[in-house]
Amino acid sequence: MSFASVTIIMACLLIMGSFSLVAVNINSLIKDLESQNEIVAFVNEDYSQSQAKALQPKIEAVDNVASAEFVSREQAMKNFMADYSKDQMEGIDESVFRDRYVIHLTDISLMAQTKTALESVTGVAKVNAHVDYANDMITVRNIVSVVTLVLIVILVIVSFFIMTNTIKLATFSRREEIAIMKMVGATNGFIRLPFVVEGLVLGLMGGVLAFFAEWGLYSLVTGKIMETIAGNFVEVVPFASVATPVLLVFLGVGILVGAFGGVNAIRNYLKV
Amino acid sequence: MVQMNDVTMVYESSGATALQDVDITINEGEFVFLVGPSGSGKTTLIKLLTGEIQPSEGEITVNGFDMCRMKRRKVPKMRRTIGVVFQDFRLIDNMTVYDNVAFAMRVVGTSEKLIRERVPYVLNLVGLDGREKRRPQELSGGEQQRVAIARALVNSPRMIIADEPTGNLDPVRSLELMLLLEKINELGTTVLVVTHEKELVNAFSKRVVAIDSGRVISDGMDGYYSYE
Repeated sequence: MSFASVTIIMACLLIMGSFSLVAVNINSLIKDLESQNEIVAFVNEDYSQSQAKALQPKIEAVDNVASAEFVSREQAMKNFMADYSKDQMEGIDESVFRDRYVIHLTDISLMAQTKTALESVTGVAKVNAHVDYANDMITVRNIVSVVTLVLIVILVIVSFFIMTNTIKLATFSRREEIAIMKMVGATNGFIRLPFVVEGLVLGLMGGVLAFFAEWGLYSLVTGKIMETIAGNFVEVVPFASVATPVLLVFLGVGILVGAFGGVNAIRNYLKV
Repeated sequence: MVQMNDVTMVYESSGATALQDVDITINEGEFVFLVGPSGSGKTTLIKLLTGEIQPSEGEITVNGFDMCRMKRRKVPKMRRTIGVVFQDFRLIDNMTVYDNVAFAMRVVGTSEKLIRERVPYVLNLVGLDGREKRRPQELSGGEQQRVAIARALVNSPRMIIADEPTGNLDPVRSLELMLLLEKINELGTTVLVVTHEKELVNAFSKRVVAIDSGRVISDGMDGYYSYE
Protein backbone atom coordinates (compact mmCIF):
# COMPACT_ATOMS: atom_id res chain seq x y z
CA MET A 1 0.00 0.00 0.00
CA SER A 2 2.77 2.40 0.92
CA PHE A 3 4.50 1.49 -2.32
CA ALA A 4 1.35 2.42 -4.25
CA SER A 5 1.02 5.77 -2.46
CA VAL A 6 4.65 6.69 -3.07
CA THR A 7 4.46 5.67 -6.72
CA ILE A 8 1.29 7.64 -7.30
CA ILE A 9 2.60 10.79 -5.64
CA MET A 10 5.79 10.40 -7.62
CA ALA A 11 3.91 9.96 -10.90
CA CYS A 12 1.68 12.99 -10.29
CA LEU A 13 4.63 15.16 -9.32
CA LEU A 14 6.56 13.97 -12.34
CA ILE A 15 3.74 14.89 -14.73
CA MET A 16 3.22 18.18 -12.92
CA GLY A 17 6.94 18.94 -12.93
CA SER A 18 7.33 18.04 -16.60
CA PHE A 19 4.52 20.38 -17.61
CA SER A 20 5.99 23.13 -15.49
CA LEU A 21 9.43 22.67 -17.01
CA VAL A 22 7.97 22.79 -20.50
CA ALA A 23 6.25 26.02 -19.47
CA VAL A 24 9.50 27.38 -18.02
CA ASN A 25 11.23 26.67 -21.31
CA ILE A 26 8.47 28.25 -23.37
CA ASN A 27 8.63 31.27 -21.12
CA SER A 28 12.35 31.56 -21.49
CA LEU A 29 12.01 31.21 -25.24
CA ILE A 30 9.41 33.96 -25.36
CA LYS A 31 11.55 36.17 -23.12
CA ASP A 32 14.36 35.64 -25.59
CA LEU A 33 12.14 36.61 -28.49
CA GLU A 34 10.88 39.58 -26.54
CA SER A 35 14.36 40.89 -26.03
CA GLN A 36 14.77 40.88 -29.79
CA ASN A 37 11.63 42.90 -30.12
CA GLU A 38 13.03 46.40 -30.47
CA ILE A 39 11.42 49.74 -31.00
CA VAL A 40 12.89 52.53 -33.07
CA ALA A 41 12.75 56.23 -32.19
CA PHE A 42 13.50 58.60 -35.11
CA VAL A 43 15.20 61.91 -34.34
CA ASN A 44 13.89 65.23 -35.77
CA GLU A 45 15.16 65.73 -39.30
CA ASP A 46 16.58 69.21 -38.60
CA TYR A 47 18.76 67.98 -35.68
CA SER A 48 22.50 67.79 -36.34
CA GLN A 49 24.24 64.53 -35.47
CA SER A 50 25.71 65.98 -32.28
CA GLN A 51 22.27 67.26 -31.24
CA ALA A 52 20.85 63.84 -31.99
CA LYS A 53 23.52 62.10 -29.94
CA ALA A 54 22.77 64.42 -27.03
CA LEU A 55 19.31 62.88 -26.78
CA GLN A 56 20.72 59.57 -25.49
CA PRO A 57 20.47 60.31 -21.72
CA LYS A 58 16.92 61.68 -22.15
CA ILE A 59 15.82 58.54 -23.95
CA GLU A 60 17.54 56.27 -21.46
CA ALA A 61 15.79 58.14 -18.66
CA VAL A 62 12.37 57.08 -19.96
CA ASP A 63 10.74 54.41 -17.81
CA ASN A 64 11.02 50.82 -19.00
CA VAL A 65 13.89 51.55 -21.41
CA ALA A 66 16.51 48.83 -20.94
CA SER A 67 18.97 50.13 -23.50
CA ALA A 68 19.12 52.70 -26.29
CA GLU A 69 21.63 52.45 -29.11
CA PHE A 70 22.29 55.45 -31.37
CA VAL A 71 22.28 54.67 -35.11
CA SER A 72 23.40 57.42 -37.47
CA ARG A 73 21.91 58.10 -40.93
CA GLU A 74 24.95 56.59 -42.60
CA GLN A 75 24.83 53.45 -40.52
CA ALA A 76 21.06 53.16 -41.09
CA MET A 77 21.59 53.32 -44.85
CA LYS A 78 24.32 50.69 -44.70
CA ASN A 79 22.10 48.39 -42.70
CA PHE A 80 19.24 48.96 -45.10
CA MET A 81 21.35 48.36 -48.21
CA ALA A 82 22.68 45.15 -46.80
CA ASP A 83 19.14 43.78 -47.02
CA TYR A 84 18.43 44.93 -50.59
CA SER A 85 20.24 44.76 -53.88
CA LYS A 86 22.46 47.63 -54.94
CA ASP A 87 20.54 48.58 -58.12
CA GLN A 88 17.32 49.13 -56.20
CA MET A 89 19.20 51.66 -54.12
CA GLU A 90 20.59 53.73 -56.93
CA GLY A 91 20.35 57.48 -56.51
CA ILE A 92 19.44 57.22 -52.86
CA ASP A 93 21.69 58.98 -50.37
CA GLU A 94 21.74 58.92 -46.63
CA SER A 95 19.75 62.18 -46.31
CA VAL A 96 16.66 60.04 -46.94
CA PHE A 97 17.36 58.31 -43.62
CA ARG A 98 17.13 59.81 -40.19
CA ASP A 99 19.29 59.47 -37.14
CA ARG A 100 17.60 57.01 -34.82
CA TYR A 101 17.76 55.10 -31.58
CA VAL A 102 17.19 51.36 -31.38
CA ILE A 103 15.60 50.76 -28.02
CA HIS A 104 15.10 47.56 -26.02
CA LEU A 105 12.51 47.43 -23.30
CA THR A 106 12.54 45.87 -19.87
CA ASP A 107 8.90 44.81 -20.01
CA ILE A 108 7.26 44.54 -23.40
CA SER A 109 3.79 44.49 -21.92
CA LEU A 110 4.27 48.24 -21.27
CA MET A 111 5.30 48.90 -24.85
CA ALA A 112 2.35 51.19 -25.66
CA GLN A 113 2.99 53.43 -22.64
CA THR A 114 6.72 53.55 -23.35
CA LYS A 115 6.03 54.46 -26.95
CA THR A 116 3.90 57.43 -25.84
CA ALA A 117 6.55 58.49 -23.33
CA LEU A 118 9.27 58.36 -25.99
CA GLU A 119 7.14 60.37 -28.41
CA SER A 120 6.90 63.15 -25.85
CA VAL A 121 10.70 63.49 -25.65
CA THR A 122 11.67 66.76 -27.43
CA GLY A 123 13.69 65.93 -30.51
CA VAL A 124 11.96 62.58 -31.16
CA ALA A 125 9.88 62.87 -34.29
CA LYS A 126 8.36 59.43 -34.57
CA VAL A 127 8.44 56.10 -32.78
CA ASN A 128 7.99 52.76 -34.55
CA ALA A 129 6.87 49.98 -32.25
CA HIS A 130 5.22 46.64 -32.94
CA VAL A 131 2.71 46.91 -30.15
CA ASP A 132 0.46 44.23 -31.69
CA TYR A 133 3.35 41.82 -31.96
CA ALA A 134 4.27 42.47 -28.35
CA ASN A 135 0.70 41.88 -27.29
CA ASP A 136 0.62 38.58 -29.16
CA MET A 137 3.73 37.49 -27.32
CA ILE A 138 2.16 38.36 -24.02
CA THR A 139 -1.01 36.48 -24.95
CA VAL A 140 0.99 33.36 -25.75
CA ARG A 141 2.88 33.67 -22.49
CA ASN A 142 -0.34 34.13 -20.53
CA ILE A 143 -1.98 31.13 -22.18
CA VAL A 144 1.02 28.96 -21.36
CA SER A 145 0.96 30.16 -17.75
CA VAL A 146 -2.78 29.58 -17.34
CA VAL A 147 -2.68 26.11 -18.94
CA THR A 148 0.23 25.13 -16.71
CA LEU A 149 -1.49 26.46 -13.62
CA VAL A 150 -4.75 24.62 -14.41
CA LEU A 151 -2.85 21.39 -15.05
CA ILE A 152 -0.94 21.74 -11.80
CA VAL A 153 -4.13 22.35 -9.81
CA ILE A 154 -5.83 19.34 -11.44
CA LEU A 155 -2.83 17.11 -10.77
CA VAL A 156 -2.55 18.23 -7.16
CA ILE A 157 -6.25 17.46 -6.64
CA VAL A 158 -5.91 14.10 -8.37
CA SER A 159 -2.88 13.09 -6.32
CA PHE A 160 -4.66 14.25 -3.16
CA PHE A 161 -7.64 12.00 -3.84
CA ILE A 162 -5.52 9.05 -4.87
CA MET A 163 -3.43 9.53 -1.74
CA THR A 164 -6.60 9.72 0.36
CA ASN A 165 -7.87 6.52 -1.16
CA THR A 166 -4.65 4.58 -0.82
CA ILE A 167 -4.35 5.59 2.84
CA LYS A 168 -8.06 4.82 3.26
CA LEU A 169 -7.42 1.29 2.01
CA ALA A 170 -4.52 1.01 4.42
CA THR A 171 -6.65 2.26 7.31
CA PHE A 172 -9.59 0.01 6.50
CA SER A 173 -7.93 -2.84 8.34
CA ARG A 174 -7.34 -0.56 11.29
CA ARG A 175 -10.87 0.84 11.55
CA GLU A 176 -11.63 -1.48 14.48
CA GLU A 177 -8.58 -0.18 16.26
CA ILE A 178 -9.71 3.39 15.58
CA ALA A 179 -13.23 2.59 16.82
CA ILE A 180 -11.76 1.17 20.04
CA MET A 181 -9.59 4.23 20.47
CA LYS A 182 -12.64 6.47 20.09
CA MET A 183 -14.57 4.33 22.54
CA VAL A 184 -12.00 4.56 25.31
CA GLY A 185 -11.74 8.32 24.89
CA ALA A 186 -8.70 8.97 22.69
CA THR A 187 -8.77 12.46 21.20
CA ASN A 188 -9.06 12.87 17.43
CA GLY A 189 -5.63 14.45 17.33
CA PHE A 190 -4.09 11.44 19.03
CA ILE A 191 -5.76 9.03 16.59
CA ARG A 192 -4.89 11.16 13.57
CA LEU A 193 -1.22 11.65 14.37
CA PRO A 194 0.18 8.30 13.15
CA PHE A 195 -1.81 8.56 9.91
CA VAL A 196 -0.63 12.11 9.32
CA VAL A 197 2.97 11.08 9.98
CA GLU A 198 2.57 8.10 7.65
CA GLY A 199 1.10 10.30 4.91
CA LEU A 200 3.82 12.85 5.45
CA VAL A 201 6.62 10.31 5.15
CA LEU A 202 5.06 8.74 2.05
CA GLY A 203 4.62 12.19 0.51
CA LEU A 204 8.19 13.11 1.31
CA MET A 205 9.52 9.92 -0.25
CA GLY A 206 7.35 10.47 -3.34
CA GLY A 207 8.74 14.00 -3.60
CA VAL A 208 12.38 12.95 -3.36
CA LEU A 209 11.97 10.12 -5.86
CA ALA A 210 10.05 12.38 -8.26
CA PHE A 211 12.86 14.93 -8.07
CA PHE A 212 15.50 12.43 -9.19
CA ALA A 213 13.20 10.98 -11.85
CA GLU A 214 12.49 14.48 -13.15
CA TRP A 215 16.19 15.23 -13.24
CA GLY A 216 16.90 12.12 -15.31
CA LEU A 217 13.95 12.61 -17.60
CA TYR A 218 14.68 16.30 -18.20
CA SER A 219 18.34 15.70 -18.96
CA LEU A 220 17.43 12.88 -21.32
CA VAL A 221 14.77 14.84 -23.21
CA THR A 222 16.72 18.10 -23.44
CA GLY A 223 19.81 16.17 -24.50
CA LYS A 224 17.83 14.60 -27.34
CA ILE A 225 16.42 17.99 -28.39
CA MET A 226 19.85 19.59 -28.47
CA GLU A 227 21.13 16.77 -30.67
CA THR A 228 18.50 17.53 -33.32
CA ILE A 229 18.31 20.49 -35.65
CA ALA A 230 16.12 22.35 -33.16
CA GLY A 231 19.21 22.68 -30.97
CA ASN A 232 20.45 25.35 -33.32
CA PHE A 233 17.47 27.61 -32.69
CA VAL A 234 16.39 27.03 -29.14
CA GLU A 235 18.21 27.19 -25.92
CA VAL A 236 16.88 24.94 -23.13
CA VAL A 237 16.98 26.01 -19.53
CA PRO A 238 19.62 23.88 -17.75
CA PHE A 239 18.22 21.65 -14.97
CA ALA A 240 20.71 23.04 -12.46
CA SER A 241 19.10 26.47 -12.65
CA VAL A 242 15.64 25.08 -11.76
CA ALA A 243 16.72 22.23 -9.47
CA THR A 244 16.21 24.06 -6.16
CA PRO A 245 12.68 25.33 -6.87
CA VAL A 246 11.71 21.94 -8.36
CA LEU A 247 12.99 20.11 -5.27
CA LEU A 248 11.27 22.50 -2.87
CA VAL A 249 7.96 22.39 -4.72
CA PHE A 250 8.07 18.57 -4.98
CA LEU A 251 8.83 18.17 -1.29
CA GLY A 252 6.22 20.77 -0.33
CA VAL A 253 3.47 19.30 -2.48
CA GLY A 254 4.44 15.75 -1.42
CA ILE A 255 4.28 16.64 2.27
CA LEU A 256 1.01 18.56 1.97
CA VAL A 257 -0.72 15.95 -0.18
CA GLY A 258 0.54 13.17 2.10
CA ALA A 259 -0.43 14.82 5.37
CA PHE A 260 -3.82 16.07 4.24
CA GLY A 261 -4.47 12.76 2.48
CA GLY A 262 -3.83 11.05 5.82
CA VAL A 263 -6.18 13.39 7.66
CA ASN A 264 -8.84 13.04 5.01
CA ALA A 265 -8.57 9.26 4.86
CA ILE A 266 -9.53 8.70 8.49
CA ARG A 267 -12.10 11.50 8.72
CA ASN A 268 -15.02 9.09 8.41
CA TYR A 269 -13.71 6.80 11.12
CA LEU A 270 -13.45 9.71 13.54
CA LYS A 271 -17.12 10.64 13.28
CA VAL A 272 -18.32 8.12 15.85
CA MET B 1 -24.77 8.72 36.89
CA VAL B 2 -27.23 8.97 34.03
CA GLN B 3 -30.20 11.29 33.74
CA MET B 4 -32.48 11.15 30.70
CA ASN B 5 -35.42 13.54 30.56
CA ASP B 6 -38.12 13.26 27.88
CA VAL B 7 -35.63 11.91 25.37
CA THR B 8 -36.92 11.36 21.86
CA MET B 9 -34.75 10.11 19.04
CA VAL B 10 -35.89 10.31 15.45
CA TYR B 11 -33.35 9.25 12.81
CA GLU B 12 -33.30 11.97 10.19
CA SER B 13 -32.25 9.67 7.36
CA SER B 14 -35.10 7.20 7.74
CA GLY B 15 -37.57 9.25 9.78
CA ALA B 16 -37.91 6.29 12.17
CA THR B 17 -38.64 7.06 15.81
CA ALA B 18 -36.24 4.94 17.86
CA LEU B 19 -37.04 6.39 21.29
CA GLN B 20 -40.06 8.32 22.53
CA ASP B 21 -40.24 10.43 25.73
CA VAL B 22 -37.78 8.28 27.66
CA ASP B 23 -37.13 9.19 31.31
CA ILE B 24 -34.47 7.12 33.04
CA THR B 25 -32.30 7.98 36.02
CA ILE B 26 -29.42 5.72 37.00
CA ASN B 27 -27.72 6.67 40.24
CA GLU B 28 -24.07 6.31 41.10
CA GLY B 29 -23.27 2.73 42.12
CA GLU B 30 -26.46 1.16 40.75
CA PHE B 31 -26.68 -2.11 38.81
CA VAL B 32 -29.34 -1.87 36.09
CA PHE B 33 -30.54 -4.27 33.43
CA LEU B 34 -31.95 -2.63 30.31
CA VAL B 35 -34.13 -5.17 28.57
CA GLY B 36 -36.28 -5.28 25.49
CA PRO B 37 -36.74 -7.18 22.24
CA SER B 38 -34.71 -6.52 19.11
CA GLY B 39 -35.49 -3.16 17.58
CA SER B 40 -36.91 -1.77 20.82
CA GLY B 41 -34.37 1.06 20.95
CA LYS B 42 -31.70 -0.43 23.25
CA THR B 43 -28.84 0.23 20.88
CA THR B 44 -30.01 3.78 20.21
CA LEU B 45 -30.08 4.39 23.95
CA ILE B 46 -26.48 3.17 24.30
CA LYS B 47 -25.36 5.34 21.40
CA LEU B 48 -26.94 8.35 23.11
CA LEU B 49 -25.13 7.54 26.35
CA THR B 50 -21.75 7.19 24.64
CA GLY B 51 -22.19 10.39 22.64
CA GLU B 52 -22.20 8.70 19.24
CA ILE B 53 -25.50 10.40 18.41
CA GLN B 54 -27.48 13.28 19.85
CA PRO B 55 -31.17 13.15 20.77
CA SER B 56 -33.77 14.93 18.66
CA GLU B 57 -35.44 16.19 21.85
CA GLY B 58 -34.88 16.04 25.57
CA GLU B 59 -31.95 16.26 27.95
CA ILE B 60 -29.24 13.70 28.73
CA THR B 61 -26.58 14.00 31.41
CA VAL B 62 -23.87 11.34 31.74
CA ASN B 63 -21.46 11.58 34.66
CA GLY B 64 -22.01 15.33 34.80
CA PHE B 65 -21.60 15.92 31.04
CA ASP B 66 -24.51 17.61 29.30
CA MET B 67 -24.69 15.40 26.20
CA CYS B 68 -26.80 17.86 24.21
CA ARG B 69 -24.79 21.02 24.71
CA MET B 70 -21.33 19.52 25.08
CA LYS B 71 -18.71 20.55 22.48
CA ARG B 72 -17.43 17.78 20.20
CA ARG B 73 -13.94 18.08 21.61
CA LYS B 74 -15.25 17.29 25.10
CA VAL B 75 -16.56 13.89 23.93
CA PRO B 76 -13.24 12.04 24.56
CA LYS B 77 -13.17 13.42 28.12
CA MET B 78 -16.72 12.20 28.71
CA ARG B 79 -15.92 8.77 27.26
CA ARG B 80 -13.09 8.30 29.72
CA THR B 81 -15.71 8.24 32.47
CA ILE B 82 -17.46 5.23 30.93
CA GLY B 83 -16.29 1.79 29.87
CA VAL B 84 -18.12 -0.02 27.08
CA VAL B 85 -18.30 -3.78 26.49
CA PHE B 86 -19.77 -5.20 23.29
CA GLN B 87 -21.30 -8.51 22.31
CA ASP B 88 -18.54 -9.13 19.76
CA PHE B 89 -15.74 -8.24 22.23
CA ARG B 90 -13.95 -5.93 19.75
CA LEU B 91 -10.43 -6.93 20.70
CA ILE B 92 -7.41 -6.24 18.52
CA ASP B 93 -6.35 -9.63 17.14
CA ASN B 94 -2.67 -8.93 16.67
CA MET B 95 -2.18 -7.66 20.22
CA THR B 96 -1.69 -9.78 23.31
CA VAL B 97 -4.20 -9.76 26.14
CA TYR B 98 -1.91 -7.47 28.10
CA ASP B 99 -1.54 -5.04 25.18
CA ASN B 100 -5.25 -5.02 24.43
CA VAL B 101 -5.89 -3.82 27.97
CA ALA B 102 -2.87 -1.53 28.08
CA PHE B 103 -3.95 -0.03 24.73
CA ALA B 104 -6.89 1.70 26.43
CA MET B 105 -4.49 3.34 28.86
CA ARG B 106 -1.89 4.23 26.23
CA VAL B 107 -4.36 6.05 24.00
CA VAL B 108 -5.36 8.35 26.84
CA GLY B 109 -1.73 9.10 27.58
CA THR B 110 -1.15 7.12 30.80
CA SER B 111 2.48 6.58 31.82
CA GLU B 112 4.00 3.13 31.22
CA LYS B 113 4.80 2.88 34.93
CA LEU B 114 1.15 3.23 35.84
CA ILE B 115 0.15 0.83 33.05
CA ARG B 116 2.53 -1.82 34.42
CA GLU B 117 0.85 -1.52 37.82
CA ARG B 118 -2.74 -1.27 36.72
CA VAL B 119 -3.06 -3.86 33.91
CA PRO B 120 -2.04 -6.92 36.00
CA TYR B 121 -4.36 -5.78 38.77
CA VAL B 122 -7.35 -5.54 36.41
CA LEU B 123 -6.51 -8.84 34.67
CA ASN B 124 -6.42 -10.46 38.09
CA LEU B 125 -9.76 -8.89 38.96
CA VAL B 126 -11.45 -10.42 35.89
CA GLY B 127 -9.74 -13.78 36.47
CA LEU B 128 -7.25 -13.77 33.61
CA ASP B 129 -4.01 -14.31 35.53
CA GLY B 130 -1.40 -16.02 33.41
CA ARG B 131 -3.17 -15.16 30.14
CA GLU B 132 -1.27 -11.90 29.56
CA LYS B 133 0.80 -13.13 26.62
CA ARG B 134 -2.01 -14.92 24.80
CA ARG B 135 -3.68 -13.47 21.75
CA PRO B 136 -7.48 -13.11 21.60
CA GLN B 137 -8.00 -16.01 19.20
CA GLU B 138 -6.23 -18.37 21.62
CA LEU B 139 -8.89 -17.65 24.26
CA SER B 140 -12.43 -18.94 24.75
CA GLY B 141 -15.38 -16.60 24.17
CA GLY B 142 -15.87 -16.10 27.89
CA GLU B 143 -12.20 -15.23 28.34
CA GLN B 144 -12.28 -12.82 25.42
CA GLN B 145 -15.21 -11.04 26.97
CA ARG B 146 -13.28 -10.80 30.23
CA VAL B 147 -10.45 -9.11 28.35
CA ALA B 148 -13.00 -6.65 26.99
CA ILE B 149 -14.28 -6.03 30.51
CA ALA B 150 -10.72 -5.56 31.77
CA ARG B 151 -10.15 -3.03 29.00
CA ALA B 152 -13.36 -1.20 29.87
CA LEU B 153 -12.37 -1.17 33.52
CA VAL B 154 -8.71 -0.29 33.29
CA ASN B 155 -9.14 3.49 33.16
CA SER B 156 -11.31 3.38 36.32
CA PRO B 157 -14.53 4.57 34.70
CA ARG B 158 -17.48 5.63 36.81
CA MET B 159 -19.81 3.46 34.77
CA ILE B 160 -19.62 0.29 32.69
CA ILE B 161 -22.06 -0.09 29.82
CA ALA B 162 -22.29 -3.67 28.57
CA ASP B 163 -24.20 -4.13 25.31
CA GLU B 164 -25.39 -7.75 25.09
CA PRO B 165 -22.18 -8.97 26.75
CA THR B 166 -23.36 -12.57 26.94
CA GLY B 167 -24.76 -12.75 23.42
CA ASN B 168 -21.93 -14.99 22.22
CA LEU B 169 -21.54 -17.07 25.40
CA ASP B 170 -23.09 -20.29 26.68
CA PRO B 171 -25.36 -20.11 29.77
CA VAL B 172 -22.65 -21.10 32.27
CA ARG B 173 -20.14 -18.56 30.93
CA SER B 174 -22.92 -15.98 30.78
CA LEU B 175 -23.69 -16.46 34.43
CA GLU B 176 -20.00 -16.23 35.33
CA LEU B 177 -19.69 -13.02 33.37
CA MET B 178 -22.72 -11.53 35.08
CA LEU B 179 -21.25 -12.45 38.47
CA LEU B 180 -18.07 -10.65 37.44
CA LEU B 181 -20.06 -7.54 36.52
CA GLU B 182 -21.84 -7.79 39.86
CA LYS B 183 -18.47 -7.95 41.62
CA ILE B 184 -17.30 -4.88 39.70
CA ASN B 185 -20.48 -3.12 40.75
CA GLU B 186 -19.85 -4.02 44.37
CA LEU B 187 -16.45 -2.36 44.07
CA GLY B 188 -18.29 0.91 43.33
CA THR B 189 -18.69 1.14 39.55
CA THR B 190 -22.16 1.80 38.13
CA VAL B 191 -23.13 -1.02 35.75
CA LEU B 192 -25.68 -0.91 32.95
CA VAL B 193 -26.24 -4.23 31.20
CA VAL B 194 -28.26 -4.32 28.01
CA THR B 195 -29.65 -7.77 27.29
CA HIS B 196 -32.65 -9.73 26.15
CA GLU B 197 -31.80 -12.89 28.09
CA LYS B 198 -34.70 -13.29 30.43
CA GLU B 199 -33.32 -16.17 32.53
CA LEU B 200 -30.13 -14.32 33.24
CA VAL B 201 -31.95 -11.15 34.31
CA ASN B 202 -34.29 -13.10 36.54
CA ALA B 203 -31.38 -14.90 38.21
CA PHE B 204 -30.30 -11.60 39.77
CA SER B 205 -32.41 -9.38 41.95
CA LYS B 206 -31.58 -6.13 40.28
CA ARG B 207 -33.37 -3.13 38.89
CA VAL B 208 -34.83 -3.88 35.45
CA VAL B 209 -35.81 -1.19 32.96
CA ALA B 210 -37.81 -2.61 30.06
CA ILE B 211 -38.31 -0.78 26.82
CA ASP B 212 -40.37 -1.62 23.80
CA SER B 213 -41.03 0.32 20.62
CA GLY B 214 -38.89 3.15 21.95
CA ARG B 215 -40.83 3.62 25.22
CA VAL B 216 -40.10 2.61 28.81
CA ILE B 217 -42.79 0.07 29.65
CA SER B 218 -41.64 -0.88 33.13
CA ASP B 219 -38.97 0.09 35.64
CA GLY B 220 -38.82 -1.96 38.80
CA MET B 221 -36.53 -3.20 41.50
CA ASP B 222 -38.07 -6.70 41.59
CA GLY B 223 -35.53 -8.06 39.14
CA TYR B 224 -38.19 -9.68 37.05
CA TYR B 225 -38.40 -9.48 33.30
CA SER B 226 -41.61 -10.94 31.98
CA TYR B 227 -41.71 -9.57 28.50
CA GLU B 228 -42.38 -12.23 25.88
